[in-house]
Amino acid sequence: MTEQVENLIRKDYSAGFHTNIESDTLKPGLDEGVVRFISAKKEEPEWMLEWRLKAFRAWQEMEEPTWAHVHYPTINFQALSYYSAPKSMADKPKSLAEVDPELLDMYAKLGIPLHEQEALAGVAVDAVIDSVSVVTTYRAKLEEAGVIFCPISEAIKRFPELVRKYLGTVVPQKDNFYAALNSAVFSDGSFVYIPKGTRCPMELSTYFRINEMNTGQFERTLIVADEGSYVSYLEGCTAPMRDENQLHAAVVELVALDDAQIKYSTVQNWYPGDKEGKGGIYNFVTKRGICHRNARISWTQVETGSAITWKYPSCILKGDNSVGEFYSVALTNNFQQADTGTKMIHIGKNTRSTIVAKGISAGRSQSAYRGLVRINAGAEGARNYTQCDSLLIGDRCGAHTFPYIESKNSSAQIEHEATTSKVSDDQLFLCQQRGLDAEKAVSMIVNGFCREVFKELPMEFAVEAGKLLEVSLEGSVG
Amino acid sequence: MLEIHNLNARVEGADILRNLSLSVKPGEVHAIMGPNGAGKSTLGNVLSGRPGYEVTSGEVLFNSKNLLELEIEERAREGLFLAFQYPVEIPGVTNMEFLKASVDARRKHLGLPDLSSFDFMKLARETSKKVSLDPAFLKRGVNEGFSGGEKKRNEIMQMMLLEPNLCILDETDSGLDIDALQVVAAGVNAMRDGKRSFIVVTHYQRLLDYIVPDFVHVLAAGRIVKTGGKDLALELEAKGYAWLEDEGA
Repeated sequence: MTEQVENLIRKDYSAGFHTNIESDTLKPGLDEGVVRFISAKKEEPEWMLEWRLKAFRAWQEMEEPTWAHVHYPTINFQALSYYSAPKSMADKPKSLAEVDPELLDMYAKLGIPLHEQEALAGVAVDAVIDSVSVVTTYRAKLEEAGVIFCPISEAIKRFPELVRKYLGTVVPQKDNFYAALNSAVFSDGSFVYIPKGTRCPMELSTYFRINEMNTGQFERTLIVADEGSYVSYLEGCTAPMRDENQLHAAVVELVALDDAQIKYSTVQNWYPGDKEGKGGIYNFVTKRGICHRNARISWTQVETGSAITWKYPSCILKGDNSVGEFYSVALTNNFQQADTGTKMIHIGKNTRSTIVAKGISAGRSQSAYRGLVRINAGAEGARNYTQCDSLLIGDRCGAHTFPYIESKNSSAQIEHEATTSKVSDDQLFLCQQRGLDAEKAVSMIVNGFCREVFKELPMEFAVEAGKLLEVSLEGSVG
Repeated sequence: MLEIHNLNARVEGADILRNLSLSVKPGEVHAIMGPNGAGKSTLGNVLSGRPGYEVTSGEVLFNSKNLLELEIEERAREGLFLAFQYPVEIPGVTNMEFLKASVDARRKHLGLPDLSSFDFMKLARETSKKVSLDPAFLKRGVNEGFSGGEKKRNEIMQMMLLEPNLCILDETDSGLDIDALQVVAAGVNAMRDGKRSFIVVTHYQRLLDYIVPDFVHVLAAGRIVKTGGKDLALELEAKGYAWLEDEGA
């Protein structure tokens, strides 16, 4: 089977193209001057600059973490450029009609619905190209409901009190090496605020795209769901093909106040590198949410892209009766490496968490699940259920599981289940004997394996995720 | 329908089929019997193209096409169906989804339009009842948590939906109680229409009480050593295989 698997996995990256948009790019290197440049370029208030500088100084003292089960050449942070904006932004497009047609064309290639169709789909899109949010649609309609959904650069100017109150409260500047870097040089990202008792009238969606040669991208997203509110947020990513490895270090902070609910779904499809392991995105992400009383945060992610993934969307269950969920599909192929999982920190009483992690490894890739379930002394009656399944395709890939459980409260209930299986020759043969080609068969088997996670995704994302797995697995059967 | 000429095949370096020849005409039911290790299951696996089964020489024509040149899925779409002795589970892939994809592939090959989901579901529900499977099985993962008998009935249901030209049943009777055996046999008999052909591979005569063959072949040491009518099966039941193995050697 292996050879067949190999052939199927080999398929060109369909999002691999490069759009020619003139860019306003800062030359490589990072020092205080660069931080000041970025802040000035974005016309930020003084407090924001100070916040960035504090992070930068902390970052200078920090060491790059090496504990993850991933291997890559040392990154020269001075060889990267830390600011890039599409040039056409200087003219500030007021509507889609004013937007660079090449940009629109690129969105079209990616199938991002930026026009009227999305009204029907009920999705508002805040598109981020490199470092600047270019078009934000339907913001007015959202603002009618009192919902704020805008680029974080804009929020810093328009809603400074809100941003100051919450920024860095879930992921502090010094949290880790990459979070500190992000805090110093973050380019843009999204800001969401859902007022008390409000159910966000539509699913919020952001597509990120890396488009400049050799530019790191550092999004910063902050979502605040005020008491009793609800929001579902969709994050989707894809990047054009290139040779150089690109660094990506995003930070996402979620704040769910009392009785609030945040559902955060991600489909990540950045360039994974070629069949020989050349190129691809280095993805070092810090995502974390805090749940106050009776609040709930659900992370659902489908990760198929990037050469290196280092990502642990986590929940701090601070309030009593709060709930944290993590549903993940991580697929690696060729020479991709993923070290991903979650942390569930139980602080409040009767807090509950669920972890369902599905790892699929094909080609020569390595996939690791790393998870921490911590029950603090005061977390009376806390419960966790963890299910961790690995699926291997072929015999040259690896799957690893690193579960950590720390319980300081004897009333806690913690369950952990783990399985490892292979797409067997017999399963493949059964499918082929029934008339399915091997590629379709593997994609069907893998989709079946991921079913529990896919059903947590919003409908349109679930379809996209299924397709994405199919594309990512092409060439993986043998 | 199917013409096998001097077929030689090996598995893991061992010669299993030796100069096997067999001709199956439309509408015929051929039973292949024989002792353990005679190569009975190998025949079905070779014909369906299972990896690991190497054809060293010989020729197989199926619907006048060179079968051995076709990919596994092409053979299937062409109308060759193998009912497995040990059907595997595919967790999380619903039976319905799996069957629809299979039937779509076969229909596409035949130049027929896809059935709508609605029509297909209706058809699948009706078919499941014919093999005494609760339609709820359609929503479950393929063979996931099915009992041995349910798996075999699921195979027959797949066969009915795919409407193949040639059905190869590989020891479908193994591990079945008498009730399940009758359900399976009734399913097969209902599909006998004078055009569709069957190769029934079995160790025991019992199945042939229900699926009455036109020909019975005895396979020993990789070749057909004796061919007869349905009475031969009874004779084998009484006398065993040893006398024939001597003949074949």
